[in-house]
Amino acid sequence: MSNIVVDKSKVPWWVSNIIVPLVNLTLALLVSGLFIFIAGENPIEAVKLIIYGSFGYIQGFAYTLYYTTNFIFTGLAFAVAFHCRLFNIGGEGQAYIGGLGVFLVAINLSFLPIPIVWLLSICGAFLFGAAWAYIPAYLQSKRGSHVVITTIMFNFIASSLMIFLLVDVIRDTNQMAPHTVKLPEEIWLPSFEAFSGILGIKIRYSPLNLTFLLAIASLFFVWFLVWKTKWGYEMRAVGHNTQAAIYAGISPHKNIIIAMCISGGLAGLLGVNEILGVSHKIQAGFPAGYGFTGIAVALMGRNHPIGILPAAFLFGILYQGGSEVTFEMPNITRYMFVAVQGLIILFSGALENLFRPQIESFFVRRLNREVNA
Amino acid sequence: MEFLSDIASLINSTLRISTPLVFAAMAGIFAERSGVIDFSLEGKMLMAAFVAAVGSYYLGNPWLGLLLAIIVCVCLSMLHGFASVTHKGDQVVSCVAINILIIGLTTALAAAWFGQAGLTPTLNEDQRFLEIHLPFADALRDIPVIGTLYSDILSGHYVFVYLAYLSVPLVFWIVFKTSFGLRLRAVGENPSAVDTAGINVFTMRYKALAINGVLIAFAGAHLSTAVNANFFREMSAGRGYLALAAMIFGKWHPKTALIACLLFGFTDALQIRLQGVELPAIGEIPVQLIQALPYILTVVLLAGFVGKAIAPNAIGQPYIKER
Repeated sequence: MSNIVVDKSKVPWWVSNIIVPLVNLTLALLVSGLFIFIAGENPIEAVKLIIYGSFGYIQGFAYTLYYTTNFIFTGLAFAVAFHCRLFNIGGEGQAYIGGLGVFLVAINLSFLPIPIVWLLSICGAFLFGAAWAYIPAYLQSKRGSHVVITTIMFNFIASSLMIFLLVDVIRDTNQMAPHTVKLPEEIWLPSFEAFSGILGIKIRYSPLNLTFLLAIASLFFVWFLVWKTKWGYEMRAVGHNTQAAIYAGISPHKNIIIAMCISGGLAGLLGVNEILGVSHKIQAGFPAGYGFTGIAVALMGRNHPIGILPAAFLFGILYQGGSEVTFEMPNITRYMFVAVQGLIILFSGALENLFRPQIESFFVRRLNREVNA
Repeated sequence: MEFLSDIASLINSTLRISTPLVFAAMAGIFAERSGVIDFSLEGKMLMAAFVAAVGSYYLGNPWLGLLLAIIVCVCLSMLHGFASVTHKGDQVVSCVAINILIIGLTTALAAAWFGQAGLTPTLNEDQRFLEIHLPFADALRDIPVIGTLYSDILSGHYVFVYLAYLSVPLVFWIVFKTSFGLRLRAVGENPSAVDTAGINVFTMRYKALAINGVLIAFAGAHLSTAVNANFFREMSAGRGYLALAAMIFGKWHPKTALIACLLFGFTDALQIRLQGVELPAIGEIPVQLIQALPYILTVVLLAGFVGKAIAPNAIGQPYIKER
């Protein structure tokens, strides 16, 4: 009875959404191992160090979650724009400007009671990030300037602008280094140290802070926005088929602007973690590549909050474990982990279909055998 | 005379600064005319700079370094093709992946091999390209106008500068006057028609990407073995994107793309001259604003004066052969 055939649509969901991404991730990590070998170190030792550094002790694990917080924001930022088929690779600049927003609001309104100043600062970060994304969005929708080029240019411009401000305008004048004064201590976001004290765990220092919960809330916010609201539906319609969307009376212009502004705003929230939570001042270059890593996080997480959470956690492990590796292995610098990100984007983004047909047809054949048996 | 020599040196640096942009824009024209988006010019230029510097250092000859850079860049172009032509992956994602991979890999390997915080060793005179002084340049220098034009502007450049400007008419001829060029453009406009005519769409796109790899290697080698004598971290500094913007501004056409590249080069040359200069009525312009000028110009050009930039029709779409 071999004429009963199961077609591709019967492939179980976990094959396309879990098995295939895992195979791609494995490939990326194998090639990364090769690079570590070329750089003159032992890849297996590096893996051991990564696992120890990110899970081995409580402080390391707190760092892992702190990096995860940043990657959730930048990953969501890329994902939201991507649902409208926009490549927002300007997360770096938007986060930088978002940091300016959170700082300006917090320092000027620090007399307000605690939760209110936090809320307003978060709004400041979101609005500044969104405003920085607005111009590329406008140019894309009205003038057809490709958003990839304009957002990259806006990263460079943001960097110049912030250096200018940090050197000439808002620098702490008692210092030579280009950074601002510290925010008053009363309005710092409570860090993990405070909570761990209550739980009876003593740790010396941890950058993990309340922003982690904001990141988790953002995951729900994006899920609700993109899949449960009219806005999200229109945004995805424009991304999927602009012509059809216009036919259905959906304005591409409006949706491009909304998608990019929300995306920029989410990237801006990185400033909340970095400035209200950790360093309490603006330092030159604080987004440190988190914006670019967001691209890898989003693509690995298939642009869905449920995928972005584990992907951000994985990159948290890579960052924290990676710093352990750079500490122990003289030949490895943090740039090796930038290369690893590139490989993950390559294998789980551009080459995602490399083995998909083979894996899917393997399961189709197995289902066929079961049906026929 | 002071003014004239100022202008001459400004033009001289414009020509030199525009060189990598011209190579990259020409490389971009081949890829994009065949229907493949190439944002990875940036990454490939950086890789070429790294490979050329390391190759010249170990092999003792800059031409061998250039050859290695060409081989590696063609491989990267093939990788882009493998992902986006053969496996029909997203072309922009593939480019972003290559760019991030190269930023990380070049600096990581430079640090692992040479220690010096991501710098490759400084090349000596045998290991790098030197400025070419055209014959009689010194003798003719004192003749007014012609002397300045010949000795101060045309003479004394690196070989890449001359090659870059020679490549423009060559690219024009290949793309617009040969049957290969006709097929190339057709593949980018209407791949299924080309397929019907019995020409393999995939092979055409791979050929275009191979040429793209060769051209971009020259841009990188210019940076690390001619104007500089070593490779340093992220030394391409956005030039790949500027070149792409120039190409779009030039409407995917070699001649107009050249003009746009020269405009970028001029802004950059002016930028270097303006630093620290007091302007009447404005005072000293902040150095950060001046440094951001080329990037601001890119945005303005893409936004304002392009009119409607009409890309090759099939750009960004993987070709799916009907069965």
